[in-house]
Amino acid sequence: MLNAAIMAAEEGSNPLIPNLWELLVTVVGFAVLLFIVFKYVMPAFEKTFAERTEAIEGGIAKAEAAQAEANAALDEYKQQLVDARTEANRIREEARAEGAQILADLKEKAAAESARITEQAHVQIEAERQAAVVSLRAEVGTLATDLASRIVGESLADDARSSRVIDRFLADLETSSQSAGAAK
Amino acid sequence: MIALALPAATTEEGFVAPTIEDTHYRDILPWGGEYGVLLDPGFGKQMLLTILSVVLIATFFLIASRRRQLVPGKVQFLGEAAYGFVRNSIGKDIIGGRDFLKYVPWLFTAFFFVLVNNIFGAVPFLQLPTFSHPGSAYGIAAIFFLLWVGIGLKKHGIRYFKLAVVPSGVPWYILLIVVPIEIISNFIVRPVTHSLRLFATMLAGHLIVTLAGSAIEYMMMTGNILLQGTSVLVLVGSVAMYMLEALIMILQAYVFTLLAAIYIEGALHADAH
Repeated sequence: MLNAAIMAAEEGSNPLIPNLWELLVTVVGFAVLLFIVFKYVMPAFEKTFAERTEAIEGGIAKAEAAQAEANAALDEYKQQLVDARTEANRIREEARAEGAQILADLKEKAAAESARITEQAHVQIEAERQAAVVSLRAEVGTLATDLASRIVGESLADDARSSRVIDRFLADLETSSQSAGAAK
Repeated sequence: MIALALPAATTEEGFVAPTIEDTHYRDILPWGGEYGVLLDPGFGKQMLLTILSVVLIATFFLIASRRRQLVPGKVQFLGEAAYGFVRNSIGKDIIGGRDFLKYVPWLFTAFFFVLVNNIFGAVPFLQLPTFSHPGSAYGIAAIFFLLWVGIGLKKHGIRYFKLAVVPSGVPWYILLIVVPIEIISNFIVRPVTHSLRLFATMLAGHLIVTLAGSAIEYMMMTGNILLQGTSVLVLVGSVAMYMLEALIMILQAYVFTLLAAIYIEGALHADAH
């Protein structure tokens, strides 16, 4: 130890003894750098970090709001779709019911029409029959008189007698036709 | 010592190991203050490099922080990554709490000041880690010693000294032993090791690279073919040492800053320890 100290003294190079000028330069250099960092570098970096954090958080909030809005719109659209489907079903049901109604009406109308036509035909037939009966009654009288006078000759030219014979004949004819109508 | 002294006695023949004075390439640029001389008003390489480091660091970070953009460019990104590293993985993780931000500039300045000055030792032609001179190492360690003692006094008042050296819940007869140990460990050993760790690693690493360099030169000059061949091995070894030294330069800057942060945290929370 003593030996080392002597040697250091001789060589003037004890490495543990500082040069005070170097110490001063180092301390002053450090102080200058510290001042610059405190004054300019650190505030700038911290401000950038804060701004960036704010921008990111703001962006996230904005995205969340947009997401919520989109979800609300989607719900609304779904609701509208359900409503539209219900509406369509309702309309279809109505149309079906209406169609059935129309069909029933038409059938009824057709039935009424056919009944009416049948009735008309019956009335017409009856009228024609009556006309035929009337014309027959007149014609049968004449035909019978003609026939009888041909058979009996001049003797039957007496008015009174011939008129009685015709009346009796017609009355017989009428009763027979009425009994036939009642039987029918 | 004797082994080192021997070659000097036989200067005529054989290898002369470089001394500490030889590690600074005075021939290239005088480095001012002589080693081991307290007040040598010379101005030279070591001081020049210290000032250069201040200029380099300040310039880079002023440029990197000047254009504050949300999406950073290359320079800004690099500056932010460097600042964020010290801020978060040293300041926030060690000191923590709400007010770690107050001490980040101290740690940030220390880290890059020590880092750049160390790396000067690995730059060709500069080749001088400025903290291999004890004055610089004592200076920067003293700054942090005063800082953390000041923080302790400001936070806890004069009670800080009691908090720092008297552990709670220890019986009085053990305190008789513990208190002197704590005083020595906290207020003497801490600042001394804080500075010597940096200084000694820088000087030793630098000396090894210099030794290897001068050995290669000597072997090449002997004219002996076997020694010239051996010098290749020394060259390979010295490159490996150079790499190791570069790693230690970065590591020591980190260790210095980490310890500073731990000391500050200890002073802030002296009542909790």
